Amino acid sequence: MKITLNNNPEEISAENITVSALLKLKNFTFKMLIVKINGTLVKKTEYDTATIIDGDDVMVLHLISGG
Amino acid sequence: MTTEEITNILSGKKVAIAGCGGLGSNCAVSLCRVGIGTLVIADFDVVSESNLNRQYYFQDQVGQKKVLALTENIRRINPGVRVIAHDTMLTADNIPLLFADCDVIVEAFDQAGQKEILIETVLGQMPGRPLVAGLGMAGWGMNNSIRYQKTDNLHICGDGVSEISPDMPPLAPRVCMVANMQANTVLEILLEKYTSSRKDCESNHD
Repeated sequence: MKITLNNNPEEISAENITVSALLKLKNFTFKMLIVKINGTLVKKTEYDTATIIDGDDVMVLHLISGG
Repeated sequence: MTTEEITNILSGKKVAIAGCGGLGSNCAVSLCRVGIGTLVIADFDVVSESNLNRQYYFQDQVGQKKVLALTENIRRINPGVRVIAHDTMLTADNIPLLFADCDVIVEAFDQAGQKEILIETVLGQMPGRPLVAGLGMAGWGMNNSIRYQKTDNLHICGDGVSEISPDMPPLAPRVCMVANMQANTVLEILLEKYTSSRKDCESNHD
């Protein structure tokens, strides 16, 4: 399936994938993250259940300290 | 638009600033200079000596509550700005209450964990509210790394990668660049509907 990840086209070799699996697959190892699917916030507790399907627009934001 | 027209519009606006450190104090000062009507500021910390390398405070304010020191600095620059100061730690419970009627919210924390709480709370509980976050400004140089990104109502200013560390401290120049990029983004959001010709022009590039 084809998704958009942080504004870039991405090919995933599965029909769907959970947020947890995507984070692992793409090596997003930061603890502090904000994840949105098609503009809607996905809470941390939903990472194992929220599913990404073909055509979805996914944003993964790394939160880093400083300010 | 003329300065007067801009000031007239901004005087009716209310902007929240979550955190009064390097990002928040400098962003608040820029927004007070352009005449935002009301600034809602929140922080639980006191001014320390080590803050003065980047935060908009003075030597004689060391030891004072940041929200009180910042209120005083804003008043000295532009007494026409109304400041609502909350000397408190922001949580998922009080953020929607304290910032309920603000036109824009500025995320100006230093710790990633606090940034996460604020962004999650605003996106989750205050959908549609413009949120301007600062991410990645440690170190020095690298002018062109600092950029602006937007997804829906979340606006992000910063390089997105430079995390603070003992070898990569936050320093005034880059922190102020991001703080002022945040203030500039607030203006863009608040003035958007009054500048339709420019908006039409820009929307072609989206």
